[in-house]
Amino acid sequence: MRTRFQQALDELRQRLLLMGGLAEQAVDRACRAYTERDLTICHMVLEGETQINAAEREIDELAFDLLAMQQPMAVDLRFIMAVIKINSDLERVGDQAVNITERVMDLVEMPAEELPVDIPRMATAVGAMVRRALESFIEGKAELAMAVLEMDNVIDRMRDEAFIMLVKTMNERPQATRQALDALLVTRNLERVADHATNIAEDVIFWVRGADVRHNAIPETTAPAKK
Amino acid sequence: MNAEPNTEIGVQVENLNAWFGKTQALQDISMNVAAKHATAIIGPSGCGKSTFVRCLNRMHETVRDARVTGRVRIGELDVYNGTPAVYVRRHVGMVFQKANPFPTMSIYDNVAAGLRLNGFSDRHKLDEIVENSLKMAVLWDEIKGDLRKKSGASLSGGQQQRLCIARALAVEPQVLLMDEPCSALDPISSGKIEDLIFQLKEHYTIVIVTHNMQQAARVAEYTGFFLLGRLIEFDKTEKIFTKPSEKRTEDYITGRFG
Repeated sequence: MRTRFQQALDELRQRLLLMGGLAEQAVDRACRAYTERDLTICHMVLEGETQINAAEREIDELAFDLLAMQQPMAVDLRFIMAVIKINSDLERVGDQAVNITERVMDLVEMPAEELPVDIPRMATAVGAMVRRALESFIEGKAELAMAVLEMDNVIDRMRDEAFIMLVKTMNERPQATRQALDALLVTRNLERVADHATNIAEDVIFWVRGADVRHNAIPETTAPAKK
Repeated sequence: MNAEPNTEIGVQVENLNAWFGKTQALQDISMNVAAKHATAIIGPSGCGKSTFVRCLNRMHETVRDARVTGRVRIGELDVYNGTPAVYVRRHVGMVFQKANPFPTMSIYDNVAAGLRLNGFSDRHKLDEIVENSLKMAVLWDEIKGDLRKKSGASLSGGQQQRLCIARALAVEPQVLLMDEPCSALDPISSGKIEDLIFQLKEHYTIVIVTHNMQQAARVAEYTGFFLLGRLIEFDKTEKIFTKPSEKRTEDYITGRFG
C-alpha cells in the first residue's frame, strides 16, 4: 500500500470538498441575494469568489504534483483526472454565482416588478443538483451521479418556460423589460450551474466506473468496482 | 483477451504449466502474443513472469528439476514438440536484466558470436550483419571506430545492453524476449532502450518483462498481468492502465498490494 500517496489523495479529496462547499454556498447566497434584493449578500458572494479562485489554484497544483510525482494509474489516475475537471466546474459555478449577483446589483437600482418566473424554485432545484453531484463524489457512488444527470432535463425545461414567459412580459410590459432581462439572465446562469453539476456527475461516473458518459455516449466498458 | 482477430499471432501459448521441482510456477497460461508488437508482462515478484518468458525459448528447462507442459508455437515452430532447444533459441532471442557481453571478446566478436556458433563463416557478409545489427540497436554511431579495438565489457551499462540486443538481433530471431532490460540502467539509457523497442517492434515480436509500469505503458501495445503463477488479465495496455477489468489488476497497478 502506498500510504503517503493515499494520504495525498485524501487531502486532494478534502480540498475539493471544501471547494465544493464554497461553490455551493456561493450559489445559495446569490439566489438569496436575488430574492431579498440584498447588496450585503452580493458582496459576500464577491468576496467568496476570491477564495474559490485560490482553492482552484491550490487543488490544480496538488493534482499536478501527484500526476508528476506519483504517476498514478487506473482508478487513482481516473480520480485525479476527475478532480481536475470537477475543480474547474466548481470554479465556473462560482463565476455563475458572481454573474447572478451582478444582475441583483443591477436590479436593486430599479423599481420592483412582478415577474412570471419562480427563480427560488429553480434555484432550489439547481442547488439540489450541485449537492447531489458533490454527494456522489463524497460517496464515490455512480448511482447518485446518474440521478443528477436525470435532473438536468428538469432544469432545462424550467429555463425554457422562463424564457417564454419573460419574453411575453417584455412584449406586454415594456417598462419591465430590464427587470425581465435580468431575470432571464439569472435563469440562464442557474441553468449553467446545472450544466456544471451534470459535468461533475459525469466525472464521478468516469472515476468510479471508468465509463465516459459525456454527450450521451454509451460506455464501452466498465472498470472494476472502486471498493 | 488475446491479440485482436486481425493481428497476426507471433507467439501462441496454450495451457502452459511450469514447475521448479514440486513447486508450480505457472498455471495453465494461454495467450496469443501479437506479432510485430510489444507485449509487456507485469506482476509482483515471484508471480511467474520471468518463468513465463523463459518458457518461450526453453530456458526454463536449463534449471535442474524444472518441468514444462503445454504448447508454445512461434509461427510454424512448435517449441516443445520435437524441436531442438538450440534451434528454438536461434529464433527467440533474449536480453536479460543485467547486460552480459562476452568480456574477453571485442564488440564485433560479441555481435558475431551467435552466427559463428551456427557455423557462419562468410566474412564479408558477417561484417554487413554486425554493422546492421549494431545500427538496429542504435549503437553503431557510438562505437563504430572501436569495433575490434574495445571489448564489450568496456562499454557503459546502457551501451552493453544495446550490444546484447545487437547480439540477439544478429541471428535474425522472430521473437525478442526482454527480461527487465532497463532495471539496471539510468533514465537516459532506459529511454534509449525504450526508443529502440519502438523501432524493433516493426520487425520483431517483443515480449518484455518489467517491474516499471510506466515503462510497460510507454512501450507495449498489450500487457499481461500475472499473479501467483496465473495470467489474471491480458488486454490492450491502455485498458490495463486506465480501466482494467479485474480488481486484482487494479489493486496491483495502483500499488494497493505487491
